[in-house]
Amino acid sequence: MTDVLNALVLLTNFLLLPGLTYGSQLALGALGVTLIYSVLRFSNFGHGELMSFGTMFTIFFTWLFQSWGISIKPLPTALLALPIGILATMTLALIMDKTVYRYHREKKSSNVIFLIVSIGTMFVIGGIVRFAIGPADQIFFDGTRFLLKAREFKQMTGLDEGLAIRMTQVITIVTAVVVVAFIWWFLNKTRTGKSMRAYSDNENLALLSGIDPARVVMVAWLLVAALAAIAGTLYGLDKSFKPFTYMQLLLPIFAAAIVGGVGNPLGAIAGGYVVALSEIAVTFAYKRVIGYLVPEDMQPDTLVQLLSTDYKIAVSFIILVIVLIIKPTGLFSGKTL
Amino acid sequence: MSQLFNQYRAPMLFGLMALLLIAVGVLQSWAVTFTLINLCLISALMALGVNIQWGYAGLFNVGVMGFAALGGLAAILVSMPPQPAGYAAGGWGVLGGLAIGAATVFACVYTYRRTHRYLYVGLVAVVGYMLMRAVIDPAVAAIEAVDPSVSGWLGGLGLPIVLAWPVGALFAAAAAWLIGKVALGLRSDYLAIATLGISEIIIFFLKNEDWLTRGVKNVNGLPRPVPYEVDLQESASFQSWAQSLSMPVDDASGLFVKILYTLLFVAVLALIMYLSEKALKSPWGRMMRAIRDNETAAAAMGKDVTWQHLRVFVLGSAVIGLAGAMLVTLDGQFTPTTYNPLRYTFLIWVMVIIGGSGNNWGAVLGGFFIWFFWIQAEPIGLWLIEALTSGMDPASAVKAHLLEGAAHMRLMTVGIVLLITLRFAPKGLIPEK
Repeated sequence: MTDVLNALVLLTNFLLLPGLTYGSQLALGALGVTLIYSVLRFSNFGHGELMSFGTMFTIFFTWLFQSWGISIKPLPTALLALPIGILATMTLALIMDKTVYRYHREKKSSNVIFLIVSIGTMFVIGGIVRFAIGPADQIFFDGTRFLLKAREFKQMTGLDEGLAIRMTQVITIVTAVVVVAFIWWFLNKTRTGKSMRAYSDNENLALLSGIDPARVVMVAWLLVAALAAIAGTLYGLDKSFKPFTYMQLLLPIFAAAIVGGVGNPLGAIAGGYVVALSEIAVTFAYKRVIGYLVPEDMQPDTLVQLLSTDYKIAVSFIILVIVLIIKPTGLFSGKTL
Repeated sequence: MSQLFNQYRAPMLFGLMALLLIAVGVLQSWAVTFTLINLCLISALMALGVNIQWGYAGLFNVGVMGFAALGGLAAILVSMPPQPAGYAAGGWGVLGGLAIGAATVFACVYTYRRTHRYLYVGLVAVVGYMLMRAVIDPAVAAIEAVDPSVSGWLGGLGLPIVLAWPVGALFAAAAAWLIGKVALGLRSDYLAIATLGISEIIIFFLKNEDWLTRGVKNVNGLPRPVPYEVDLQESASFQSWAQSLSMPVDDASGLFVKILYTLLFVAVLALIMYLSEKALKSPWGRMMRAIRDNETAAAAMGKDVTWQHLRVFVLGSAVIGLAGAMLVTLDGQFTPTTYNPLRYTFLIWVMVIIGGSGNNWGAVLGGFFIWFFWIQAEPIGLWLIEALTSGMDPASAVKAHLLEGAAHMRLMTVGIVLLITLRFAPKGLIPEK
């Protein structure tokens, strides 16, 4: 019996908790991509860089607060700086929309042109970020690292395997739940949210009933910028901030959005968890788990790992390909915003 | 006047490009000019491949880097000498593993055709994959253990490297066919996302599968299609020839080799250009443009849009693969870590868009112009930052930061150039007729 418990604890510690954390980060990112898709109708390749821009500002203000000696221990100072990061990202998004996207919207450019334009913005933002903070790794987490240490857990339960709960994991999951609840409330209960849904369902009908498209687009960018800054900061707190990694997050985020059905917020959230959990599950070495579950003479002599961790990025791609082959409209098809 | 300008626009722009290159030759050195020209030619070929996909058919390929890298893989697999020790250590294991992998794919297709249940297909795939790993893993470990500092891989076939160019095209075409099969015929941005993914995975594969590519240990000293400088310097006839030109033998041999590469590349580019122009003007080219401009109408006329898209996507990728193989030939080494999306995907895109989407001559001109400025912009940018910060205290942190950041200005410049072109001159330098 303890063997089964040990195996479960092991799986929770190394698979479930990291998966839920990473999944929450991806879900928030995919939510941003999906919102842009349903309102502005293009896949925003600049989203990863938007995340990295928001994180960068949060880091700058975290450093400033630290130098002033302000802290909110046991929570990381970055949470205090996050609202400023969100505001900065919102400003950037609005400037970008005014200078770049509005022209193509008025010209009714095709969505491939929008896609290329978004790649252009990706470079510009990427250049700004690398110029301002540099391409190196930044670790900006402070505060209490563990809520529950593996050693304490072992003493408490007497099991061989420890369960460690990190502060960033709790922060990420709680923030994600709050943000998702807010988005749901906003889209379904407020007037602006409803007009956004109407606009994404049928643009012409929405215009006819007096919805101001400029306002809908602006609100969409504000929401997306906030989501990007939050997702980026959570990812950076949990791992570390490095501009290149944020660019590489683009593929899992797109995969998450497509798995759930592009344009569908619920799908994006589900997609985030599907991609994250499968990424970790496929690259996880099950040797020790199996070791607890099978009798001694059947112990595996390999790592029992489906795919080496080098190929993490391939997992989201494989999921993407499977979805495109089996159900191109995503798991939650037919239901948009 | 402006009509006259429009009529002679392309020749004038190409003339300007030639003047720029000659200016480099006079001001810097002719060796620099020919290094530039060689890379310009390869860039032009890649841009031509992208133009076939984007200009003819409106397909957006974000994976140029991956297809170019597959071309590079072909270069080493065809030209490098085989490693018998590697084959002895695990050749059969790898072959067996690959055979099991292929059999798994067929079994999956067969299972799907018979049962139409994805669950069974998934089961077959997992079991086949496990079997393949069980056979291939020990073999790979054995191969990589053979003298890892100099070998540790299977090597190539030891054939002349020029043969690798069409093979590179084939590799890229095969990958494009698979991707196209999955992502074409769906929404247009799925192709972009899928190609983004496959190109990243190809690069990861090339970096990690040491038995095939030596991974990050790189493959150096690829055989050349042209003579070596050292041999030229030793040959008596070359020495006397260099003397008759009153050039030092060292410089003459370096320049001679570069010019030989240029001639080879010009021949390839001319051939591909001839074929593409022919195709563009043929009924097939007209059909492709009709599909690009109005898919629904073309489909209503009985054209199989998805199939035609697949064809043109494979063709364009083949050209990119060819260029990728040529690039590795020119470099003489294969370094998987040098492939990055900015240089190998997006720069090529900027070439096509600035040159003129849909116009082959535009793509070639874009390849030349953009590569020229990409290389020459670095000294200019550095000089600019130096000039701007010259008033500052040399020890100040701000100055150091600015100088360090100058390298990232390229990224921003590419983005700004792209955005400005799309807004103010979406047709490019030489617009489509």
